[in-house]
Amino acid sequence: MLKINNIEVIYSDVVLVLRGISLEVNQGQIVALLGANGAGKTTTLKAISGLLLREDGAVTRGGIEFEGQMLGSMQPEEITRSGIVQVLEGRRLFRHLSVEENLITGALFRNASNRVIKQDLEEVYDYFPPLREYRHRTSGYLSGGEQQMVVIGRALMAKPKLMLLDEPSVGLAPLLVQNIFEIIQRINQEAGVAILLVEQNANVALQIAETAYVMETGRIVMDGPSDQLAENADIKEFYLGLTQVGERKSYRDVKHYKRRKRWLG
Amino acid sequence: MNWQLLPQFAITGILNGGPVALIALGIVLIFKSSEIFNFAHGQMLLIGTMSTWWFAAEEGMGLPLWLAVICAMGVSVLLGLLIERVTLRPMTGQPLLSIILMTLALGQVLQGLTILTFGTTQRNFPVFFSITDPYKLSLPFQYNGNPIVVILRQNLVWTFVIAIICVVVLWLFFQFTHTGLSMRATAEDHETAQSVGIRINRVFGISWAIAGLIATIGGILIATASGLDLSLSIVALIAFPAVLLGGLESIPGAVIGGLLIGLVQGLVALPTNDFFLGPAVAQAIRNSTEIVPYIILLIVLVIRPDGLFGQKRIERI
Ligand SMILES: Nc1ncnc2c1ncn2[C@@H]1O[C@H](COP(=O)(O)OP(=O)(O)OP(=O)(O)O)[C@@H](O)[C@H]1O
Ligand SMILES: [Mg+2]
Repeated sequence: MLKINNIEVIYSDVVLVLRGISLEVNQGQIVALLGANGAGKTTTLKAISGLLLREDGAVTRGGIEFEGQMLGSMQPEEITRSGIVQVLEGRRLFRHLSVEENLITGALFRNASNRVIKQDLEEVYDYFPPLREYRHRTSGYLSGGEQQMVVIGRALMAKPKLMLLDEPSVGLAPLLVQNIFEIIQRINQEAGVAILLVEQNANVALQIAETAYVMETGRIVMDGPSDQLAENADIKEFYLGLTQVGERKSYRDVKHYKRRKRWLG
Repeated sequence: MNWQLLPQFAITGILNGGPVALIALGIVLIFKSSEIFNFAHGQMLLIGTMSTWWFAAEEGMGLPLWLAVICAMGVSVLLGLLIERVTLRPMTGQPLLSIILMTLALGQVLQGLTILTFGTTQRNFPVFFSITDPYKLSLPFQYNGNPIVVILRQNLVWTFVIAIICVVVLWLFFQFTHTGLSMRATAEDHETAQSVGIRINRVFGISWAIAGLIATIGGILIATASGLDLSLSIVALIAFPAVLLGGLESIPGAVIGGLLIGLVQGLVALPTNDFFLGPAVAQAIRNSTEIVPYIILLIVLVIRPDGLFGQKRIERI
């Protein structure tokens, strides 16, 4: 349903950030996009959602196709309306609005009746039971995990075909990460929403994703079915934190170490 | 001080603050949604009020008053939309200061256009409320054995009531309609609002339209009490200190700021018995009602830079 074809993205006419990214998300799939800080993951998502326009960024080569339609230079609002919702990095709530008001903002563009919105809210509360209890609280005072639930729930209120999730696990306790990822998987299976998941936590991402891409400084350096990538030695070492014991240190290892340090930086 | 007159001047002042609060609310509305401080607000108000006069007057269209008001509201909504669409939207992405200076220039242009269209003569603005039968309000306490009676002109009371009704209606609109919610969301975070599919340009347009509309209502309320000429755009500037007092982004702040400005102006006009200050100084103070709001503003901003009701920002990660 989503096809990114060899795109190049430049910020402010000078900063070349994506150097030819190709990627595909099929109907009903979860696809993971992994990579270190600054690799260009968020930029890729913003290229899809159109939010790049806000930051003086532009797709200068290649194209993005969604359900057979080129997205071109559509405004972000219009791209959302066509069925792609981005959940921005960093739990961007409307902090002064209540939980429920936040959720409703996700459904505003659909011009749904109050009755329909009520049903959709119930659906979100079924995915995220704690939110039902906090529905009237000012969202800015929720805990990080609850805030993450609100932003995913808000995206769900848009009834999207494709959800772009930017690092939902950041700063959450392992148990909560597990919990959120199970819900993401349920959203994918029960609501049939395709998901493009950006993560640094490769471990959990590869568990729920069907396929995955690995980015490094604006390029895709690896891709394939997640179970295969999870077996890949480099991925194991850099992302899953597993190293083979007893292997002799070689120049390659040192190089890896440096790369790893850079990635984690 | 003549304490017996204190309630009279305080209440009159607060009632005068009603339209100021409404005008201030429009400025806050634009600022909240787009971070633009609209220096052309006084002129938007002037044009709306002038058109009311023109639609109603014999020299103009000679429409019935209610219809004239509705037509003028239409004009001010269109003017608000037009300003947003034609002058501000093309400046999206420019430094905020340039945009704000642009509103300053726009104000001058609008003032000029008003002069060209309507001339500079003082106009007889329609009087909506009886000016002969003031309300008498007996307060439940006494001073030196005399009961305190406050005399209030009808137009003063009713312009206040109308202004407050407008404020309440707007508040309900923001709080309980979907459009209101999209405006509140946009006010918090443009990027996130776009990411949930809110057309933020449309929200800006609506903000300008509503601001124009309530500015015109405020202008009409002032003009019906004190007449209409070009200086109305300056009179309306009294809303600026009200906005800043209220903390720029706070809607209740703007309203309370407006009422406070009215109160202060009322108290300054209070006849003193010149005992301490001498008659010249006392007279000077009474004549200073126009600058006192700014003096209060300076004092408040030095003590509380965010204004009295600056929105408490939720900074939590
Ligand atoms: N608006 C911008 N203007 C110029 N350069 C930018 C802009 N936004 C991002 N960049 C640069 O583009 C590169 C990729 O940034 P991006 O945010 O896409 O990385 P990321 O993979 O999402 O990283 P992280 O995991 O830290 O979120 C970085 O080097 C960043 O400095
Ligand atoms: Mg990122």
